[in-house]
Amino acid sequence: MSGPSTYQPKSALGRWFEARLPIGGLVHSSFVAYPTPRNLNYWWTFGAILSFMLGAQIVTGIVLAMHYTPHVDYAFNSVETIMRDVNWGWFMRYAHANGASMFFIAVYIHMFRGLYYGSYKAPREVLWILGVIIYLLMMATGFMGYVLPWGQMSFWGAKVITNLFSAIPLVGNSVTTWLWGGYAVDNPTLNRFYSLHYLLPFMIAGVVVLHVWALHVVGQNNPDGIDVKNVEKDTVAFTPYATIKDSFAVVVFLIFYAWFVFFTPNYLGEPDNYIQANPLATPAHIVPEWYYLPFYAILRAIPDKLIGVCALFGAIIVLAFLPWLDTSRVRSGKYRPIFKVCFWLFVLSCLGLGWLGAQEPSGGYVIAARLLALYYFGFFLVLLPILGLVETPRTPPASIAEAVLRGKTATIDQH
Amino acid sequence: MANTATMDEPTRRDMLFIATGAFAAIGAASIAWPLINQMNPDASTIAAGVPVDVDLGGIKEGQIVTVKWRGNPIFVRYRSQKEIDEAVNVDVAKLPDPQADADRVKKAQWLVLIGVCTHLGCIPQGHDGPFDGWLCHCHGSVYDTSGRIRQGPAPYNLAVPPTAFSADGKKLTIG
Ligand code: HEM
Ligand code: FES
Repeated sequence: MSGPSTYQPKSALGRWFEARLPIGGLVHSSFVAYPTPRNLNYWWTFGAILSFMLGAQIVTGIVLAMHYTPHVDYAFNSVETIMRDVNWGWFMRYAHANGASMFFIAVYIHMFRGLYYGSYKAPREVLWILGVIIYLLMMATGFMGYVLPWGQMSFWGAKVITNLFSAIPLVGNSVTTWLWGGYAVDNPTLNRFYSLHYLLPFMIAGVVVLHVWALHVVGQNNPDGIDVKNVEKDTVAFTPYATIKDSFAVVVFLIFYAWFVFFTPNYLGEPDNYIQANPLATPAHIVPEWYYLPFYAILRAIPDKLIGVCALFGAIIVLAFLPWLDTSRVRSGKYRPIFKVCFWLFVLSCLGLGWLGAQEPSGGYVIAARLLALYYFGFFLVLLPILGLVETPRTPPASIAEAVLRGKTATIDQH
Repeated sequence: MANTATMDEPTRRDMLFIATGAFAAIGAASIAWPLINQMNPDASTIAAGVPVDVDLGGIKEGQIVTVKWRGNPIFVRYRSQKEIDEAVNVDVAKLPDPQADADRVKKAQWLVLIGVCTHLGCIPQGHDGPFDGWLCHCHGSVYDTSGRIRQGPAPYNLAVPPTAFSADGKKLTIG
């Protein structure tokens, strides 16, 4: 959508620089003149919130890395030193630990938004898949970060998750030995996880650039899921309209984030992680961080190791195929009466699986997890392909301008 | 001139392309291996994995003692006659991972196992579960008094490490 830039810097120095490195024009066409659909709602602000959170994690992470020691004998104590002795250390650590949770809350909202409004459909398939890659990298980053404080949950979480790879036929045990750099999770494991935990956020930043690039090539989707037909009538400039709306949403989100950091910083954590790692004692009840719980519930719902591990990874990989699994020609769920119901049931099944992932894996909980896991996969593999063929969607408005003005008498202001 | 050459006549550039490509491919492969292999256990980790000795004298009948070898817990269990009978009197063919008790122990009263659940690596709890053996609380795998998997998601029996008894039978070497 962003054509050749017509940007002209005002100062002579600006023009001199622009002739040598046209970065001003790039920023101007991407974040100032860039046309955004005028019907976007607040669910579209989570991209900006996510960008902010990535920045916050990198800044607080670099600060923590100045005081953290990646060694099995010192890691736990170095985190306690950060909490007690380092100036503002408690703040940096709580901001980083809760920041990871906020990052995941935002990414889940962002993904459900895409799911509801059909943002993965043509021509946004590549954009969507880049998003799935970012999500996978986030999961890997969060997992390795959680190992660093070397508490009981760090250690046993690392052990259980790396052991997922032991399910690979024939080479499974060689793979886990290679991942650990030893015969069990130990110092070499902690060291490499630290190295990778530092690296992956920057890889995420790289993929985010591609994600935004792909977005700016095909343009944003919108709540009505219809294409921009008339740039004048259907869109408004990114600045000031989207800039202000995004900034406002970031501030509201920050208040929510700050509330956790300052008032209940350990609410989303596990008390067991304040006990130093002990390779000879498994805690009575192992739970991963909340953002992995739905997948953990799927793993535990299946009584066979290999199939369980395949289901866990399959539950994530299936997202990448979504653009081709959904056969409906109408993008937005707003105009799809049956899809809408299935979608909300899907949201409930994810929340239900998340809750079950934290319960004891026995009796009725396992049966409930099986039913919900069945719905999870059924939604993608059965409902979405079939719904597109049998459902009669409502007719979306002819244009974005019409969608915005429906029920209003005012005419479009030609700003 | 290049564009006057016919398609089927190899040029010097074709030759350079193949030679350079082959060189680059072999080079990439020979660099990739060190980059991957450096993550395998290093010499000091392997050296620290030497065998450990256990004094059996202090262990009472029915007791399970845990020692550490290669970073993992090793269970040394002094089985009672009842526990031995329970382990022996099963229809081996019906087990999920069929193995006779005799193939898992050197002396019937001493059962030695790597205490790592073959599901996802938790440490199972001894004298627990419906078969008097072990119960893994992580995802509910049940092992019998021979450390064989009986119920739950774990695919294999608890592994048996290499062991040797001293001549007088009072000392056990693991590894
Ligand atoms: C994608 C962004 C990131 C996520 C999701 C993330 C997540 C996490 C999590 C969940 C923890 C465990 C917190 C705890 O329970 O104590 C952690 C710890 C840590 N992270 Fe990150 N992190 C990110 C980026 C970074 C970056 C860029 C750095 C360094 C440059 C970094 C350095 C550290 C350090 C040193 C620790 C150990 C101290 C501690 O446990 O508080 N992180 N991270
Ligand atoms: S680790 Fe033992 S049952 Fe899963």
